[in-house]
Amino acid sequence: MNALVGGPHAHSGNSISRTMVLVLVALMPATLFGFYEFGWPAVFLFLVTVAAAIAAESFSLALAGKPQKPFLLDGSAVVTGWIIAMTLPPWAPWWIGVVGSFIAIVLAKHAFGGLGQNVFNPAMIARTVLLISFPIEMTQFLTPQPMFTGSSPGFLEGLEITFAGHTAFDAVSSASLLGAIKTQLGLGVPVNEVVGGSLSLTAMALGIVPGSMGETSAVAILLGGILLLATRTITWHAPVAMIVTMAVLAGLFQAIDPGRYPGPAIHLVSGTFLFAAFFIATDYVTAPATGMGKLIFGAGVAALTFIIRTWASYPEGIGFAILLMNAAVPLIDHYVRPRIYGRTRSGEPIRYEET
Amino acid sequence: MKMFRIKGGIHPDERKDLAAGKAIETVPLPSLLRIPLQQHIGAPAVTVVEKGDEVKKGQLLASARGPVSAAIHAPTSGRISAIGRFVAPHPSGLPGQTITMRPDGKDEWGELPAPIDDPFSVGPDIIAERVAASGIVGMGGATFPSAVKLGLRNRNKLETLVINAAECEPYLTCDDRMMRERSEAVIDGIRILRHALGVERAIIAIEGNKPEALAALKAVCSANQFKDVLIARVPTRYPMGSEKHLVQTLTGKETPARALTADIGVVVHNVATCYAIREAVRFGRPLISRVVTVSGGAMARTGNFEVPIGTPISHLIDHCGGFNKEPDRLLLGGPMMGQPISSTRTSVVKGSNGVLALGPDETPARQTMPCIRCASCVSACPCGLTPFEMAGHIRKEELDAAVKIGLLDCIACGSCAWVCPASIPLVQYFNYAKGKLTAQQRAKHKQEETKRLTQFREERMERQKKAKQEAMARMKAEREAKKKADAEKKRAKQETIGA
Ligand code: SF4
Ligand code: SF4
Repeated sequence: MNALVGGPHAHSGNSISRTMVLVLVALMPATLFGFYEFGWPAVFLFLVTVAAAIAAESFSLALAGKPQKPFLLDGSAVVTGWIIAMTLPPWAPWWIGVVGSFIAIVLAKHAFGGLGQNVFNPAMIARTVLLISFPIEMTQFLTPQPMFTGSSPGFLEGLEITFAGHTAFDAVSSASLLGAIKTQLGLGVPVNEVVGGSLSLTAMALGIVPGSMGETSAVAILLGGILLLATRTITWHAPVAMIVTMAVLAGLFQAIDPGRYPGPAIHLVSGTFLFAAFFIATDYVTAPATGMGKLIFGAGVAALTFIIRTWASYPEGIGFAILLMNAAVPLIDHYVRPRIYGRTRSGEPIRYEET
Repeated sequence: MKMFRIKGGIHPDERKDLAAGKAIETVPLPSLLRIPLQQHIGAPAVTVVEKGDEVKKGQLLASARGPVSAAIHAPTSGRISAIGRFVAPHPSGLPGQTITMRPDGKDEWGELPAPIDDPFSVGPDIIAERVAASGIVGMGGATFPSAVKLGLRNRNKLETLVINAAECEPYLTCDDRMMRERSEAVIDGIRILRHALGVERAIIAIEGNKPEALAALKAVCSANQFKDVLIARVPTRYPMGSEKHLVQTLTGKETPARALTADIGVVVHNVATCYAIREAVRFGRPLISRVVTVSGGAMARTGNFEVPIGTPISHLIDHCGGFNKEPDRLLLGGPMMGQPISSTRTSVVKGSNGVLALGPDETPARQTMPCIRCASCVSACPCGLTPFEMAGHIRKEELDAAVKIGLLDCIACGSCAWVCPASIPLVQYFNYAKGKLTAQQRAKHKQEETKRLTQFREERMERQKKAKQEAMARMKAEREAKKKADAEKKRAKQETIGA
């Protein structure tokens, strides 16, 4: 009997691993849909990326002299690897996944001190570094080839695509929607013409469009997001702030010049936006602590994303936007804090009428 | 009644069912009673009996010393067998001055102060005096002397009396049982208190998870048409029993930092205290026993017991048939804010509302992980603090930074630690820091005192030295003057001779 432990002597039973498992469950719809859409190569890339994340975690723990068991079991490495896989082009070669996971875990996480210590979201660091270092491999998107249909590569062909860089399927590769809009706009084609045809909004919402493995289906992502909200794993602040800000900005510019600026719907359902709203901007470690702080954070991410997408040379700006806002988190947390009971916001005792 | 929402709070597993159904039983007298002289905040009481004295039930054993102290009375008749230091019911397990008494088994009352048959006709001061003489302290665990709280009417303009019957700690059911079984007496006590404070209304605040207690009290009030006592069903949300939060829930008024609820016109008393006050006023009986909940999965038998103050905890546990399995934790009080029992040889005191033996499945034996900044602790904190940040500062020994973001506003309710997925012992960090700050302050005070004394001594020496120097200078001057005068004289003489 341990008589001298401190209180409280009861606990909610919540744990880091339980939280991580919930996140993984929430990722399931988007993941399964990605597998379905992009076939065996996607499955292999996913497995490689997650395995590499676990290996990188174990390696880093050993380097830091930390115990393996509690940290490997906390599930955070699996979540990171999983999220990286979701953001990769589904037919990227295996080494992209491996490099991505090592960058995320070793550089973005453990170099900062490990679990809970990192300033930047590891998956976003990995994605951004990969995008800059391997622009070709990272922008090879393809029109979905749903599994079990004729055009979907079989198990062995999948292995070849992922592990041998087989290029027989290059024919189907295409630009992502945002990339396409960017290019076409550059050629003077108005937005509505680009978006027409095969790139219908319904197709985009369902996710039957070219894109990263787990980010194409707004519906699947929303399902996961709702689960996270319902289980109170995340709060509504960051996703809502992101979505509202993006909708307002896109709407405003579209109203100014409909030919030049795609509207809110396109911005919301395309690229990594929704995925980031529910799975990245809600990352505990790299987001502000208070509701107000999260609102500011989400609004900032959306505004920066819009700016980068619209005026910078990267069609997909969310990685940069998140990282920039990550850097602002200590500042936000310093200035935005809850009001202490019995005190004003400035910390003075509240005044009362003398009784 | 309109309720106001408070920020934060949690819903711990109530586990009240273990004891809520058990009527209050009396416990047979133990062979020894150990009565600590410190059963309240403030200075320990001072003994007025000596070893070997025969005392009667209710006789004064120790009187209050200082403004926030409380008298202590004999829980039964018997002989004082020792007065000395004994391990105290405190987690430190440090000894405190204790009276040991051997009951004679007769349980004979001594002479008691005269009953006040109609408390509503006497002045508030008389009631306050009786409460002070009866050694009554806040029985919800805070153990603040009740008479001092009654005196607040001289300092503040009071409007409302709130009776804290929230009993928000899991497992504890002693207040619940008292309200169910002694509803008449409880309401009577509340009305006496209301009268003594001179306030218009009293509000009893009960959490919604005690419907029987609520109904029992309501029945008494409506049968007697008492209009001066309202009964409020407050949300079941820990820490509803925190005074300031309870007052805010009922009145919407927030108590300023560093102030008392009395400063916003509300005074709060625990429901068991009201019962004790009634006993003292109507019958002259001092506070010599209390109802204690014995519970937890490791207890062979759970229940609610009327226990004489000073009963060794081991006696109470034995009376309940001991443990049915090796307890993981033995606590005095509830699981959220209760303290581990350092030794079962310590006793039940006025503030002990529960003795809990928790089994391994009821206690968090968990691996502490690094903080992942999930901010659950921030949402759970009823005081608007950022616990993870305070803990971060304390870990780096930056106590001032922790104070700056609210460490001293923490009420140690444990909500933050309860939700923390990383199982970080946040409250332990805060207690450590608060303890260290107090020690630092004491050291600083001492240092300043020493400095003052040293300076005083130096000044005195300086003065003495100066006085001595002055005296010497004076003497020297006098000597010189004399010499000069002598020389003058001599010369004058010579001149006279020469002439
Ligand atoms: S609840 Fe625990 S893990 Fe979460 S922020 Fe607070 S201290 Fe950190
Ligand atoms: S223990 Fe202190 S910091 Fe933690 S929730 Fe309670 S008041 Fe807030």
